[in-house]
Amino acid sequence: MTITAPELEIAVLVLGMAMLLAEAFATKIDKRVLAFVAIAGLALVLVASFFVAPRASPSQATGFWSFYTADRLSMFFKQFSLLTTIFVLILMIDYAPVVRSSFPGGTLQAGLGEFFALPIFTCVGLMYLVSAIDFVFIFVSLELVAISFYVLVSFTRRNPMTLEAGTKYLVLSALSTGFLVYGIAWIFGATGQTNLQQIADALANPTTDRNAALLGMVLVLAALGFKIAAVPFQIWVPDVYQGAPTPVTAYLSVGSKAAGFVVLLRVLQPFLALPQTQRLIVVIALLTLIYGNLAALPQANLKRLLAYSSIAHAGYLLIGVACFDASAISFYLAAYLLMTLLSFAVLIIVAQQTGEQIADFDGLAKRSPFLAFAMLIGMISLAGVPFTAGFLGKFFIFYAAIAQHQTVLVVVGVITVGCGFYYYLKVVRAMYWQSANKTDKIPVTALSRLAISALIIATIWLGVYPQPILDALKR
Amino acid sequence: MVLFIIFCPIIAAILIMAGAPARKTALVASVLAFAAALFLLAFFDQSQRDFQHVTSFTISPDWHLSFTTGIDGLSLVMILLATIVTLAAVWFTGTIEKYENAFYACLLFISGGAIGAFASIDLFFFYAFHELALIPTFLLIGIWGSGNRVAAAWKITIYLAIGSFILLLGLILLYQSFPLAARSFDIRALTAAAGLGQISADAQRHVYLLLLIGFGILISLFPFHTWAPEAYASAPAPAAMLHSGVLKKFGLYGLLRLAIPLLPEGTHHWANLLVVLLLGNIIYIGLVTIAQKRLDWMLGYSSVMHMGYIFLGIASATVLSTTGAVVLIFAHGLSIALLFALAGELRKKTGTLVFDELGGLGKVMPFASLAFGFGVFAAIGLPGLANFAGEIMIFFGAFKNGWEMAHFHIFQIATVLALWGVVISTVYMLRAYRKTFMGTMNERWKEVGDLRPALRVPVVLVVGGLLCYGFFPQSLVQMVTPTFQTYLSANSSHLADEQSCSHGAVRRLRFMGPADGNAPQGRSYKVANKR
Repeated sequence: MTITAPELEIAVLVLGMAMLLAEAFATKIDKRVLAFVAIAGLALVLVASFFVAPRASPSQATGFWSFYTADRLSMFFKQFSLLTTIFVLILMIDYAPVVRSSFPGGTLQAGLGEFFALPIFTCVGLMYLVSAIDFVFIFVSLELVAISFYVLVSFTRRNPMTLEAGTKYLVLSALSTGFLVYGIAWIFGATGQTNLQQIADALANPTTDRNAALLGMVLVLAALGFKIAAVPFQIWVPDVYQGAPTPVTAYLSVGSKAAGFVVLLRVLQPFLALPQTQRLIVVIALLTLIYGNLAALPQANLKRLLAYSSIAHAGYLLIGVACFDASAISFYLAAYLLMTLLSFAVLIIVAQQTGEQIADFDGLAKRSPFLAFAMLIGMISLAGVPFTAGFLGKFFIFYAAIAQHQTVLVVVGVITVGCGFYYYLKVVRAMYWQSANKTDKIPVTALSRLAISALIIATIWLGVYPQPILDALKR
Repeated sequence: MVLFIIFCPIIAAILIMAGAPARKTALVASVLAFAAALFLLAFFDQSQRDFQHVTSFTISPDWHLSFTTGIDGLSLVMILLATIVTLAAVWFTGTIEKYENAFYACLLFISGGAIGAFASIDLFFFYAFHELALIPTFLLIGIWGSGNRVAAAWKITIYLAIGSFILLLGLILLYQSFPLAARSFDIRALTAAAGLGQISADAQRHVYLLLLIGFGILISLFPFHTWAPEAYASAPAPAAMLHSGVLKKFGLYGLLRLAIPLLPEGTHHWANLLVVLLLGNIIYIGLVTIAQKRLDWMLGYSSVMHMGYIFLGIASATVLSTTGAVVLIFAHGLSIALLFALAGELRKKTGTLVFDELGGLGKVMPFASLAFGFGVFAAIGLPGLANFAGEIMIFFGAFKNGWEMAHFHIFQIATVLALWGVVISTVYMLRAYRKTFMGTMNERWKEVGDLRPALRVPVVLVVGGLLCYGFFPQSLVQMVTPTFQTYLSANSSHLADEQSCSHGAVRRLRFMGPADGNAPQGRSYKVANKR
């Protein structure tokens, strides 16, 4: 029996439904069992996805294959989304006590079922999103992702910060959806098409009104800029990242961003012939790099710092978009997945003991050498020290930029890397230089220990031997 | 064997982090690495000009990226330096009150990174291994430093991070400036391709400038030097020894390994700029060094200043001067490590390094005073110590570059000015020596004891190295010259008429070059023609 790509999404959807049903009818069970079932199910789908032969949709496709593609890029990012969701669920198990404590009136298990089930629907949305090659389908799957995030972001709603985050995310996300629809309408009006390939063909036709299409593209870009946290659409990021439950923040900053970049690459494809597109991306990349890195410098709250760092990384990724190098972007995102999840995993465990401030990490090396080492690897990888995946990500990005003679981007990129070293090493400094107020050990559950070890090994492994990812992306 | 030398310190560092007894493991690892380096030295085949003991693991066939290590004469000298200084630094460390394991692990990581960089034939790993030292340096200065350690740690880390990313850009540009078929990270393949003239002159100029700035920041080339004195003054002595003695030499090694063979046109084009900057190192920093009021700062500045001589050797790019540069790299590495080690001991025993408070310590510390004297005279460049051999070869090589009877061109002027640097370094070194060990002794220091016998071993080792290669620099020269002869084969005729040299090493060198005095002039420097 051969498996085809759409069956993967269907399997994940069925898993999500089953979990909701189980949650509704089996009220007595420990809800964490659900999370383990979900992790196992997703892992199964992940394994199955390696047996799917990638194939692009035929160029004259109609029906289903006119809005769905299963090329290598989408297969890579389907696996990426599954892996992210698995790790986020592991983080959620660690985070469960916090969720429980935010439902004071409820029972011990209140709310946990949905907390574990919603990411699965987000995952389906992400998997559809990376396969979407039609504006209508892009819109629908983007909404699936966004709506499940509305709930997740404000899940621990007793916390005023979370409530604020939820409101901000809801309002601004809805606004960006508005931009998206408006942009799609302009592009449709100019070209008469929603399929990206057919839009490209229509734009090649000199009778098409390019300015109208370009206006539509700019509007779509604004909407996607919201998803990937590019300046000037980044205002929501620090508050939402800080206020949302930490696993959801990790999910937002990895899953949502990665899918956003894939869509960005696909959407920009038809417009590459227009010279304005690249210039626009270069400007956005410059702004994002400068803003993200400079604003991260004074942060004292680690979650907020990671929010700004996520903006900064969007800047490096946008360098890749400006050079239109899909494999450099994909590698960077793979590295970003590992190091960001690693940092958040440690943050969740430490935050429950002390807090989210960088000062709360003081002396972590004494209290838990394992967690401190994990955070060290995460931070130096984010900063871009060789022998970690993050360095190779930057290497490929800079390689692409130099090959395209993007001098300004490269110069600003190097200067901002210097900023990055400062704010990431601030965390390292806290863990290793400062002495702790408390000296008791921090307990780490076996599952998180396993997950964190896997992330550390993968970060270093990819930093030394990137070939597996490069092979997976080879056309 | 090469892999063993690289991974011996790194694996020891990992073991120490995992809980092995710190000092024992570190000492065993550094002795083993040193022994392995001596073994390589003993079995080094000087007749073979290519890399030896090559091992290679393919990483990415698409990018022609592989983990390839091996040694030629140049890398062997650097590895020897690294293992000697590592051994001395580890030996000098003693007990550390706070996080002893982490301290030793950091030291060994720096050492392993430096050795890995020197032994890598692959451009990517050459770069990556150097960066292995970045975080350990940050921690070493930050946790165990003295004085203004916080500022110093940030400064060195940010400086070196930006410098190495500029270097990375240079390396990427270098890689891309080859035609698609010739692109490779293998330095041997690149050298071969460059020999066929596959890098355009224009690209060479761009790449060289990037490499010069990138490496220049790592080497503390004027005006990118400000991180160095502060960091060395604040760093704990073993870290300062390793960093100034070995790690900083990575940039010089990189220029010799990459710029000389691959970018002759770039070297030529930017020679004048480099000469001006290196004179900044020698004269300006030299004068700044004289003004220092503390021993650690003075040593930090002096190590910046001495980089100027080595740059002079690189800038003039003749076989004689580049060979001299390598000899001086080796000698300076040993002498500055010795001085930093003794300064660290002084700080431990007296608690201060301010010149005005010290004085007369020679009476209570005769051994330290003698050893410091050796370091001082080596740094000045007294004959009989290895620094002299290096400096004189650089001066002769540089002076000959573009020489015309009765006309002084930039290299002649630079050599004359650089010679004044020797006077400057005499002034500050002797002054430091007098203020620390001579004169009337402060009553406070009566109880200060001399170096423990155990600590005398590394001192003897380093001084022995300085003396040994001071009297027999030929053994270093013979190892290094073939590499540069291959690199600079076109202008090796510079060697042919070296009659004016009085130094034995140099005179004998002549017979190693091609005997034909009329060898093609090729890429030789004719500054005169540019006017």
